[in-house]
Amino acid sequence: MSSFVARRPLASLLILIAGALFLWLVFAVWTPGMEAAFGRKRVFLSALFNGITLGALYFLVASGFTLIFGLMRNVNLAHGSLYLLGGYLGFSVGSATGSWVAALLASFVVVALAGILMQVLLFRWMEGQDLRQTLVTIGLSIVLADLLLWGYGGDTFQVETPAWLSGPVQLPFAVALRSNGEAVMMTYPALRLAIFLGAVVVGVLMWLALNRTRVGMLVRAGVDDRDMLSATGVRVQLVFVMVFAFGAGLAGLAGVVGGTFQSLQPGEDTKILLSSLVVVIVGGMGSIPGAAVGALIVGLAEQFGSVYMPTYAVMLTFLIMVAVLAVRPQGLAAVRR
Amino acid sequence: MSRVLKAALASCCFLVAASAAIAQEKLKIGATATLAGALTSGGEDGVRGLQIALKQAGNKIAGREVELIIAPTDASPDSALRAARKLVEQDRVQIIVGPLSGSEGIALRDYSKTVPNVTIINGSSGALEATYVNPSPNFFRFNSDGAMWMAGLGEYVLKDKGYKKIAVIAEDYSFPYTQVMGFALGYCRAGGQIVQRQWVPLGTKDFGSVIANLPDDVDAVFLGLGGGDAVNFLNQYSQTGGKAKFIGGSIMVDQTVLSSRGAAKRLLVGTPSSGGVADAWDSPKWKEWVKLYQESFPADKRFASPSLFATNYYNAFNAMKTALEQVGGDLSDGGGKFRAALAKVELDAPNGKIRLDDNRQAIATTFITEVAELPNGELTNKFVRTVPDVTQTLGLSPEAFKAVGLPSRTNPECKPTS
Repeated sequence: MSSFVARRPLASLLILIAGALFLWLVFAVWTPGMEAAFGRKRVFLSALFNGITLGALYFLVASGFTLIFGLMRNVNLAHGSLYLLGGYLGFSVGSATGSWVAALLASFVVVALAGILMQVLLFRWMEGQDLRQTLVTIGLSIVLADLLLWGYGGDTFQVETPAWLSGPVQLPFAVALRSNGEAVMMTYPALRLAIFLGAVVVGVLMWLALNRTRVGMLVRAGVDDRDMLSATGVRVQLVFVMVFAFGAGLAGLAGVVGGTFQSLQPGEDTKILLSSLVVVIVGGMGSIPGAAVGALIVGLAEQFGSVYMPTYAVMLTFLIMVAVLAVRPQGLAAVRR
Repeated sequence: MSRVLKAALASCCFLVAASAAIAQEKLKIGATATLAGALTSGGEDGVRGLQIALKQAGNKIAGREVELIIAPTDASPDSALRAARKLVEQDRVQIIVGPLSGSEGIALRDYSKTVPNVTIINGSSGALEATYVNPSPNFFRFNSDGAMWMAGLGEYVLKDKGYKKIAVIAEDYSFPYTQVMGFALGYCRAGGQIVQRQWVPLGTKDFGSVIANLPDDVDAVFLGLGGGDAVNFLNQYSQTGGKAKFIGGSIMVDQTVLSSRGAAKRLLVGTPSSGGVADAWDSPKWKEWVKLYQESFPADKRFASPSLFATNYYNAFNAMKTALEQVGGDLSDGGGKFRAALAKVELDAPNGKIRLDDNRQAIATTFITEVAELPNGELTNKFVRTVPDVTQTLGLSPEAFKAVGLPSRTNPECKPTS
């Protein structure tokens, strides 16, 4: 940190000023002039929060995606289908048991099992053949999408929000002043906050597991040099299966989360796959912090885009991707080797 | 001699058999409905409407067995085009019932011009342009368009409900444009004010920012959403704890939304709206149709009462049947006689009398309704009043209507009349 400041004094100063300005934007009560220029503060804040919570969802999906890619060099294009599968399963379990937590757990476990099957039955037999693996995952995603359409129909489903998470909470940010000088505080859906916190917890746990445990060490070693790791006597296949299971399970979990605060329907699979592809390309293939950064950027871009330039919102994410590919093709948070 | 006789008899029998075979040849009828995407639940109910009408006809029209071929779409114009091409080129149908959604209708109007021997009878799509701009001689619409379904609603919410300033949230395609136009024409002329219009893409998942962007000082919010989008919006709106009053577009407060799962739809109780049907209308013909609908499918495979889509598809099928019977099921001339008969059909439909104007666009009844909760917890559209014989120009002279222009994100403007 301090070395960065010493190396790049001007850049540090700019970052500091931008950060301070941003905090002031969030906490200060906006003057009428500012509201005229940027729209109402509530809109800005809510786009900010929505962007962050949407980023949290993207992170849940993309972290599994990037982990699998990092370790196995397998671009799993069926990842979106795993998300949708998890969502539908969560819906079924949720409406059968009435418990949201049960739905989350069931989806995680079942989709993780599906991931194990995929790895053991399919990908183990075509290791190192990138193109063939990619084609197989595309085929798999088409088959899964059709099976899900067959089972659940084309209707829109929504996983029911648990009572303790529904409704709004008040946040300590003033969005406006009443005429008597009393500040109007911002209210925000409790569910979205919970999702954000959940994603942060998952992210921190993943980071700890990767950097502080033996298994994490194996995974990191596998990312760096698979052959050398297996030469040291580690059962690499077992590590692969575990990582695939975890990555797939996360996608299933994210499906329930996405099905709760948004909704589930055919076509969601490709949409979320596209988002996670953009996320990992922006963040850097195979990097967990990269997935976090990428998810945040894409989520914020989508939300701010939909508020401030609705017609071009769809384009904005791809512009960001193009910019990153042009300037830093390995991704923002990728480790340089 | 006897051998000749036998041969003659045999060939005679053969001829009879052959002509019988022609008579027995199935009448193929194509249909398109939205069976994927945001409007899926509406498409499914449209198909139900068709199935009921087909069953009621005993699977036969003019003595010919009917084969119904359904092609799914996802509410996008290109999916409708693909479906129609498949029906015409692969299944060789001469009649298509469909499509369901606004922009699909415009696409099929253009397509119908390239296949003059195919007759397209609109399923439920309601964009103004489909029959108003460059109307096609083989595109028929037996339902009102989105603007006609809003006739009288603007005056009603302003005078009876006292909503003087409103904001609009609607999907970004032709049908909601048309709905907002129909609403705004009445509402703004009566002195109401639309302070904001937000257009969201069809299939929007995340309404968080749209909801935050709503102004505080409006009396109500006009919602021009449908199917999955409507349910999504209501869920997320209830998550933010908002308390605005709503005005519903025709498919916002339809059974496709009122029958959805979850508690968020309760936000709609008390919402005024208007459209082509009113769930709780007490006309005998309507009640008969509701009963038929409810008896045709088990309770978990249908809505509490037929949606706008089921009713429109049912009417479209019956109009087709009437005309086909008049020409004896004969489409051998490319359907010319059939279309001439179809243009003259006057339907005594469950939702009021329907006849066509010169553009083959329906002149029909609009119902002003209000969402109410039944004792058993189901939501229904309480009947408020009818606006009979609504024409496509909404009672304006053709010139005055033309001067308004076509519906778009910004048209018509809503200037307060001072």
